[in-house]
Amino acid sequence: MALGDIKISVQNLFKIYGPNPGSVQDQLFDGIDKNAFMQETGHVLALNNINVDMREGQITVVMGLSGSGKSTLIRHLNRLIEPTSGQVFLDGEDVLAMDEAALRDLRRRSMSMVFQKFALLPHRTVLANTILAPEARGENGQAAEDEARKWLARVGLEGMEDSYPSQLSGGMQQRVGLARALTSNADVMLMDEAFSALDPLIRTSMQDLLLELQRDLHKTIIFITHDLDEALKLADHLVVLKDGYIVQQGDPQDILLRPAARYIEEFIQDINRARVLKVKSIMTPATSKRGCIDVIQGHETLETIINTHQGRVDGVFAVSDPDDPAKIIGKVKMEDIYRALVRPQMQHD
Amino acid sequence: MAYEWIFNALGMSEACSRDSGPLMSLTALRKEEPSLWDLPFPSLDTLNAACAAVPRTRDFTAALQDGFLYIRPALRSVLDPLTQPLSWMLDGALTLFVEMPWWILVPLLILASKLLSHSYKVASIVAVSFLFLLFVDYYEYAIQTLSIIFVCTVLCVAFGVPLGIAMSRSDRFQNAMIPVLDMLQTLPTFVYLIPLIFLFNITEPKLYGLAIILYAIVPVVRLTNLGIRLVDRDVMEAVTAFGLTDRQKLFRVQIPLALPNIMAGVNQTIMMSLAMVVIASLVSAPGLGTLVLDGINNLRLGVGFLAGFGIVLIAIMLDRVSKAALARIDKSNKT
Repeated sequence: MALGDIKISVQNLFKIYGPNPGSVQDQLFDGIDKNAFMQETGHVLALNNINVDMREGQITVVMGLSGSGKSTLIRHLNRLIEPTSGQVFLDGEDVLAMDEAALRDLRRRSMSMVFQKFALLPHRTVLANTILAPEARGENGQAAEDEARKWLARVGLEGMEDSYPSQLSGGMQQRVGLARALTSNADVMLMDEAFSALDPLIRTSMQDLLLELQRDLHKTIIFITHDLDEALKLADHLVVLKDGYIVQQGDPQDILLRPAARYIEEFIQDINRARVLKVKSIMTPATSKRGCIDVIQGHETLETIINTHQGRVDGVFAVSDPDDPAKIIGKVKMEDIYRALVRPQMQHD
Repeated sequence: MAYEWIFNALGMSEACSRDSGPLMSLTALRKEEPSLWDLPFPSLDTLNAACAAVPRTRDFTAALQDGFLYIRPALRSVLDPLTQPLSWMLDGALTLFVEMPWWILVPLLILASKLLSHSYKVASIVAVSFLFLLFVDYYEYAIQTLSIIFVCTVLCVAFGVPLGIAMSRSDRFQNAMIPVLDMLQTLPTFVYLIPLIFLFNITEPKLYGLAIILYAIVPVVRLTNLGIRLVDRDVMEAVTAFGLTDRQKLFRVQIPLALPNIMAGVNQTIMMSLAMVVIASLVSAPGLGTLVLDGINNLRLGVGFLAGFGIVLIAIMLDRVSKAALARIDKSNKT
């Protein structure tokens, strides 16, 4: 499979909690409100018609506040939770049709998971924790141990192999959780609020670690978070969830520039736009650098540009392709850069 | 008679057909009506006085006994062979430990307590206790008591842990088991002995073996169930997400994490076996209990005191060794 192909496809997924979910399903209709549904049927609508395509080699971030159903959603991908209706496909294969053995094989080989509360085995050493996935597959030899040691070194835990989880700090425990997931060598990594329990500084360093690993590994990562800054930093594809339905999904830059609902507008009010928005997102397409005073790379943030050209409030810049610095893909005026920093007026009510 | 009118009103005086011969009470002879103050509760005996067809309480208990005796052969033919290994194990352990010379067994026990507890203090408690028991010539009784406890505890763990695991996996089984466990735990210890005496010969070791096991198995079952149910849900979800089978989860995660609780149950089981083995001397269990019984029966105060002190020493030894072993597990298992 090539990068960018659809790896996981979630289609028409519903999850209803309550005494008899099957019986109330035909009372669902498009756009029904979670509270109204609760009042009418006494059932909780946890996921409401979820359709997401998660692409190979990308980080898909599902963002939402608590109670939005994001943790429920990620648990449907490896069927820790069974849906009320809908489909989940992994590489075109129907996950919900799998029998117990096939599902176990999927969990052992194709999907690994990192948890908010780390969920390490307290009675085992760091190394024995890391080796969990190969152990489940029945590979207990030296090869599995070498693999575990390799990933522990990669996440910066060399020399800690024989410690117990209780002897480590939260950040280090989550590094073990990350190494445990990487040791499974699965293509897909599910990360359920993986960094939410960590201090802000450690959280930032873990995000950087994840991005650095991702540059080499190109895993398909599904990342759950309630933190918009984290979502914008990590996401290739951002899904915003509210009360169990998708408010908006797409390129994070696009969501920031063109919010589709009042809810999103409110959400992005407090974002530092200079640090998040990229030049590429606000440029106008062009092919030559004629009349431009400088060439800047497309993936630079607005903050970087303002910083390196301190004082300038005018002038036009050519924008180059991030993957090929010699190729010009557009141009941008300095005043457009400043204008993009201003929060747009609320368009929706 | 206070309730005769009921039977008369129901037109059942025929059916009662009491032959009121010489057995007439004083009030009946005097033809006095009993006052409201003296109105008895309509119990079986009172009703029988009014109507002879109603069984008396002693008829009822006799019927219970007859019923039990009626099913006894069938019960025996099933339970006897099933429990025969228990007799063999108890006899075997008693012979083995009693026959072994003291200068081999006592150092072995001290060594075992050191290995289990990793503590010189605990090992020296064991050493001093045995030296005392040897010195006052109660060593053989103490060893008999210990070997019975040993066999019963091993069997309690062998049956109790799987039972606790089964309870932790099914809420329905748990709900069915809890009343049984409650009953086993609250039933007065003497009551255990009654049906067992009827069921088996009083000379058979399995009689007291069963009584001890039934009484002492409860904590290990309860705490195994509790320990497994208390295993962190997040950890269980994580190992499920990594594709561990139920069996792998049980042996690699649930039992190791429940071990502190299971060991606490084993400690309780040991202490309850000790309590029961003393009472079981009533049904020919050998050991220090027989000395206590002798003290009671023959009013030998000194014998009773010294044997009681010996039991306390054994209790301290067992408790300290098992608690030290538990603490060791707890330390290596802390979250």
